[in-house]
Amino acid sequence: MTQIHFTVNGESKALEAPPMKRLLDVLREDLHLTGAKEGCGEGECGSCSVLMNGDLVNSCLVPILQAEGAQITTIEGVAITEQLHPIQQCFLENGGAQCGICTPGMILATHHLLKKYKDPSLLQIQEGLSGNLCRCTGYIRIFNAVQAAALAGVAE
Amino acid sequence: MRSNITQYELVAPKSLDAILQILADSPDRYTPIAGGTELMVALGAGRLQQKKLISLWNLGELRFFEVTPDAVHIGAGATFTDIRNHPVITSELSLLSQAASWTGSIANQNRGTLGGNIVNGSPAADSPPALLAYDATVTLVSTRGSRTIPYRSFHLSYKKTVLAPDELLHSITLPRNLIGYKTYIRKVGTRNAQAISKVAIAAIARTKHGAIESIRIGAASLRETPARLIATEQSLLNQTVTPATIAAARSALLSETLPIDDIRSTAKYRAAVAANLLEEFLHTL
Ligand SMILES: Cc1cc2nc3c(=O)[nH]c(=O)nc-3n(C[C@H](O)[C@H](O)[C@H](O)COP(=O)(O)OP(=O)(O)OC[C@H]3O[C@@H](n4cnc5c(N)ncnc54)[C@H](O)[C@@H]3O)c2cc1C
Ligand code: FES
Ligand code: FES
Repeated sequence: MTQIHFTVNGESKALEAPPMKRLLDVLREDLHLTGAKEGCGEGECGSCSVLMNGDLVNSCLVPILQAEGAQITTIEGVAITEQLHPIQQCFLENGGAQCGICTPGMILATHHLLKKYKDPSLLQIQEGLSGNLCRCTGYIRIFNAVQAAALAGVAE
Repeated sequence: MRSNITQYELVAPKSLDAILQILADSPDRYTPIAGGTELMVALGAGRLQQKKLISLWNLGELRFFEVTPDAVHIGAGATFTDIRNHPVITSELSLLSQAASWTGSIANQNRGTLGGNIVNGSPAADSPPALLAYDATVTLVSTRGSRTIPYRSFHLSYKKTVLAPDELLHSITLPRNLIGYKTYIRKVGTRNAQAISKVAIAAIARTKHGAIESIRIGAASLRETPARLIATEQSLLNQTVTPATIAAARSALLSETLPIDDIRSTAKYRAAVAANLLEEFLHTL
């Protein structure tokens, strides 16, 4: 077991964990943040996406020791108040979420994308979300939601 | 079957010297882990044999770029995103930033490192063809010192490299000043972003009075390691691009490659596509 200190959604956390334990499992089991989902466990589906120091990563492929000292943002940290974050609101309004399994990852990938490109082209949206698979929506409504969020200027 | 996570050890020393010392001293071997996009997949699937790991992730001494008038030195710990963001690479050595742009998704590019891509040794990896076309050199370090060798002699056989157990890949050096060169890179797979290639070719060439005076071709998935296509290059040197030279180059390519059948494709398809890619490049010269 190793002592880990890191920041999750703005709160500093200290815990003990086996150093190779996946960040995904620490979030879900130790911190009870179940927004990040396990789809594939091998980097293919993006349902476990979180931001690590502002960068989109698959938390199923991060050993917890490599998150030592890092700032992690999960879907639970996206809406700061009771209000939904504008990206979440745009997903809701555009039918960008159905069963919801992919949605936390899609929203964090969108967050990361809109920080890089305020006004992304469809191609940039497709690239930005290429690691996030959805079995329900057929993607068109998700792309619409991202475009709506870009229009609303929600980069922050 | 999921691995029993408590059986695994991972340490993260803060300096390269400390890491090299552990690699040199420890009786049981430590395996480096950088972005983990290969090793953590193996862990998740319950097939990570190595139980002792040592982290290279985000180590400043391995995650750097150094640009000199003649070359760009890339630290082995640079991620694909770092590479895509580097202005000299995107403008002068764009085969590598292109390859980085289709090495998995954005999340994968934020974690996967150039060093990990090379040392992992997959014949299908995306960065090696570009590195071979640019005639990269690689620098290896250990407590015994450092050595620099041509990248084309780094891979020995399937997933076997010249790295000694106590050695790390430190950096990759790409020569600059490719004035007058035409360049080409293409990956053929089920889709670019998130799929391993069926076959890929990267090449650079320069002509003088219509004849090819210099050419280098790197290929993925055509042999058991990433491969420079030396015989194909030889068949083209000092030739002008005519139907006859194209035919000769296609047959040279087929003679020096040994593609495999696997779940992603057949050997016959790979060979035919590789020859078509080469021909596509030659028509641009
Ligand atoms: C969903 C997904 C999609 C992918 N798509 C692609 C793709 O399209 N194209 C492609 O080429 N790859 C792809 N990959 C594979 C992988 O992302 C790359 O090979 C990546 O470059 C590995 O780097 P890493 O730092 O994550 O490696 P790690 O998993 O950390 O390490 C890989 C190997 O390299 C060794 N190693 C790492 N750094 C060093 C060093 N400096 N010195 C010595 N040994 C070292 C490790 O010991 C290990 O054996 C994909 C992976 C996933 C999960
Ligand atoms: S669960 Fe992590 S990418 Fe699928
Ligand atoms: S909404 Fe169900 S997987 Fe995307």
